[in-house]
Amino acid sequence: MRPTRIVAIAIVGLVAAACGGTTTPQASGAPTSGGSAAPAVSKALNIGFTNSQTGAQQVASTKQTEGIKLWVDQVTKAGGIKLKDGTVLMPKVTFYDDGSATDRVQQLYTKLINDDKVDVLLSPYSSSLVKAAAVVSEQNGKVMITAGGADDATMEQGFTNIYQVYSPGSKYLTGAIDLMLKLDPSIKKVAIVNEKDSFSVSVVTAAKPYAESKGLQVVVNQGYDTGTTDFAPFINQIVAAAPDAIIGGGHLVDGTAFAKALKEKNVSARFVALLVAPPEPTFADIGDAANFTVGPSQWEIPVKYNEAAAKALNIPFYGITSDSFTSAYRAMFNSAPSYHSAGGFAAGLILQRALEDAGSTDPAKLRASLDKTDVMTFFGRTKFSTDAKTHGKQVAHDMVYIQWQKGSDGKLAAQVVWPTEAKTAEAQLRK
Amino acid sequence: MKRMRVPFLPAIVALLAVLAAFPILTNNPSMREELFLVFMLVTLASSINIIMGYTGYVSFGHIVFFGLGGYFAFYLMQIQGWHFIPSLIVAAIPSAVIAALIGFPILRLRGAYFALATVGINEAMRVVFNNWDLFGGAVGMFFNFSVYTQYGGAKAASELAYYTMTVVAIATITVSYLIKRSKFGLALMAIREDQDVAMIVGIRPSRPKIAAYVISAVFPAMAGATFFFKNGIIEPGHAFELLRSIESLVMVVLGGIGTVAGPIVGAAAYEWLRGFLITNPALANFQLFLAGLLLLVTVLFVSSGLVGWLRERFPVLRGYVP
Amino acid sequence: MSLEALIPSAIDGLMLGFVYGLAAMGLTLIFGVMRVINLSHGPVIALGMFVVYTLFTGPLGVNPYLGIVAALVIGLAFGVVEYFVALDRVINAPELTTLLATFSVNLMIIGIATSVFTTTPRAVDVSLGSVGIGNVTVLGTHAVAVLVAIVVAAGLYGLLFRTRVGKSIRAVANNRAAAELMGIDSRRMLALAFGIGTSLAMVSGALLSTLFPFNPLSGTGYEVKSFVIVVLGGLGNPTGALLGGIVIGLLEGVTTVFIPVSWVPVLEYVIFILILLVRPAGLLGARA
Repeated sequence: MRPTRIVAIAIVGLVAAACGGTTTPQASGAPTSGGSAAPAVSKALNIGFTNSQTGAQQVASTKQTEGIKLWVDQVTKAGGIKLKDGTVLMPKVTFYDDGSATDRVQQLYTKLINDDKVDVLLSPYSSSLVKAAAVVSEQNGKVMITAGGADDATMEQGFTNIYQVYSPGSKYLTGAIDLMLKLDPSIKKVAIVNEKDSFSVSVVTAAKPYAESKGLQVVVNQGYDTGTTDFAPFINQIVAAAPDAIIGGGHLVDGTAFAKALKEKNVSARFVALLVAPPEPTFADIGDAANFTVGPSQWEIPVKYNEAAAKALNIPFYGITSDSFTSAYRAMFNSAPSYHSAGGFAAGLILQRALEDAGSTDPAKLRASLDKTDVMTFFGRTKFSTDAKTHGKQVAHDMVYIQWQKGSDGKLAAQVVWPTEAKTAEAQLRK
Repeated sequence: MKRMRVPFLPAIVALLAVLAAFPILTNNPSMREELFLVFMLVTLASSINIIMGYTGYVSFGHIVFFGLGGYFAFYLMQIQGWHFIPSLIVAAIPSAVIAALIGFPILRLRGAYFALATVGINEAMRVVFNNWDLFGGAVGMFFNFSVYTQYGGAKAASELAYYTMTVVAIATITVSYLIKRSKFGLALMAIREDQDVAMIVGIRPSRPKIAAYVISAVFPAMAGATFFFKNGIIEPGHAFELLRSIESLVMVVLGGIGTVAGPIVGAAAYEWLRGFLITNPALANFQLFLAGLLLLVTVLFVSSGLVGWLRERFPVLRGYVP
Repeated sequence: MSLEALIPSAIDGLMLGFVYGLAAMGLTLIFGVMRVINLSHGPVIALGMFVVYTLFTGPLGVNPYLGIVAALVIGLAFGVVEYFVALDRVINAPELTTLLATFSVNLMIIGIATSVFTTTPRAVDVSLGSVGIGNVTVLGTHAVAVLVAIVVAAGLYGLLFRTRVGKSIRAVANNRAAAELMGIDSRRMLALAFGIGTSLAMVSGALLSTLFPFNPLSGTGYEVKSFVIVVLGGLGNPTGALLGGIVIGLLEGVTTVFIPVSWVPVLEYVIFILILLVRPAGLLGARA
């Protein structure tokens, strides 16, 4: 009797652990029954992903999820995704909180695939979480469309099922360099400084040779440890090299701190471009220090990707316009959409289009359709690499660049300054 | 030392083996993932228990060995093209050597100083690897997906990782049990209780301490090698994550510090709790707060942990649950 | 490697070191008095930042420097409460128990703070101009931060060495049993000491909020730095902590000129470990 009791307790404990985290997925999707008048067969389209409701990625991930939710809402109101054979797919999303942790991501994606039996996957937000999710997705042969992951490395692992909607990191600063040279061709010396983390390093690894290929001289090229807040000593060093321009950065907190420190130290660089931080509305909290700072963004509200632009490139245009997206988003969430929101929505759009084209949710057919995709949406142009090594990497989407400028009313606002087709104001040199 | 009424070791090994087989037989990959994590936590908790529970040295930065094992194994697999299993075994060696080298000076410290030193070591390693291009620097290293074909595909590789982790967990518990029942373990516990008196009784503290530290480093190293093999990617921030170290401390305390069964129960309970909190929509926002609250209540009222409390309350259990 | 950056960097680092030192003083005081490693130190620093932020951006628009005073008071109250809730029961337990108790408070604070404030970076936009001498620019905000740090540190000394309360705290730190025999309510003194330690951490957080952007997770980095400083200066020795802070600040500033910026933390940790091995009592010697 006694021995069995111990064993029983141990079993209960371990089984409890094993069965543990099941239950209540946060399914917030459309009702599964189609309300359309057509006598078509209505099927649920099970979409799964994780988002970061807690942890470091919380803010951006929430915006991305809102974009996805808006897409689901619009598709549902339109009656679902209509396939060629008459079937109507009603999207139903299932998502969990990954707490911004990679082991949770892997565990939860396995759950989504095996327990919730999703048909297709979307991604979490942030390159490292997307990396983790991609591994699981690929291992199980499920198609995943990623938004929020701009890492080149992830898309160079030889995946076949993963499709990247965001422009990869290598493109983040190359456009900034183009913009800079157009604005002031006399700029010669550039300081490239970055946070020492996977994403920022991959951005800079592409930016440095590009800068040099344009005849620029990279006078400083250093990385700082994640979590650095005091940039004063570092900036003193940068100033000593007298660069004309400073590009680089890292993520939100350090990017903001760096920009603030540049102003405090009266650094006289004529052009400053930083990653991730400038497109955030709260960047302006640092006051005057934000002025003239350029930042790359995957999308901004004023961009004008539309039918005409698509026609000029000889590709189709799909989905709603930027204005329509922005107003629908504002109506649903009472705040302005960010590029994270746009990315989430765009991932949904691309998926929708691929489903319509493929005619089914079969992964092989879906992949075939995604491989041939070359389309423009409100988000920009989307085309995936089909090369074996970089399969699924985004090759056609361009970054948009914003610059904080003081308007005639004296208030700071983020203006789109590049590419020239999308701009809302002229770029200015930093004074 | 009391004779165990029931052969605990064979019982627990059999239990774990059966549990591990469960998801394979019922073809439940979700449960397999969950158990993979639980076994990994059991390994981490049990090994930290050896240096902390038995010897009384609170190793805050113990996760450094997890990262080291992960990095060395990954290097062998990715750069040298080795197979996983030999990489796993070989990666434990430099980790053990580093543990011995570090252990020698820092085990001379007592209490808080030792704990802080281990933090310094973990953080130092993290920044070193962050800057070291041989191991990929800040970007880390990643597998090309085709590397899994030599294991029969990604799914098979995942299962291989799962079996390996089960074996590592069982090995850790076995070693932990054997230590507790041996003279070596007695020496450790004497050192824990009062090192000066132990010396008077004839124990030379430095050798058993270092041995304990090295043993407690080998298993996390293997766990790390397995974990990152399965992940396919390794980065300094994830490899040397201080929070994970602290979590293993929590698990040991929750389960019962200084017992063999304690870390197992603690790891399982902790994982269950976190999984429950995270997927429950009402509580998700507060999960960190609730985790903290629960920890506080445990520490304040049940400080000997679940197993410890059970053993105190029901002395007869001491014959069954070491 | 340019030496013209040396002087400005040294001065920048030195000034920041005072603020780091203040935070470390709180940590070391708590350890010195009750031998507790306060793992809630980091989140408390972050709380100090948010106290100033909330008051500054709230309807009253409180000046950040008044917000610092608020942080001091709130820190004291918070610390006393934290002592009674989390530590009082287990104050005599082994170190691991108190460590985990304060860690659980750490989790709780971060949990609530991220729910309420999210992880968006915040900044307190306050500018006091700057003074330039040669190629050295001294920012107003930094100078004021140093002044406040010195004033608060001086206040601490005044409290510890010139008042009865301070004497009682030191007595309890020295020998709790003997202090109780002399009629000192050790429990109250411990709570007060913990409150003071927390207050110092919050004030330093408040000061940091005027210098850099932050979010609820920002405290963790400063916490690790505080550990390094505390060991450097001598565990339990407040003067040592202040000195250690200045040394670390100076070190960070100066070494950036000579080695790549990302290696500076390695240097810090190596020094940390070396001190522990070679002279664990720190620069100024540990207090009992």
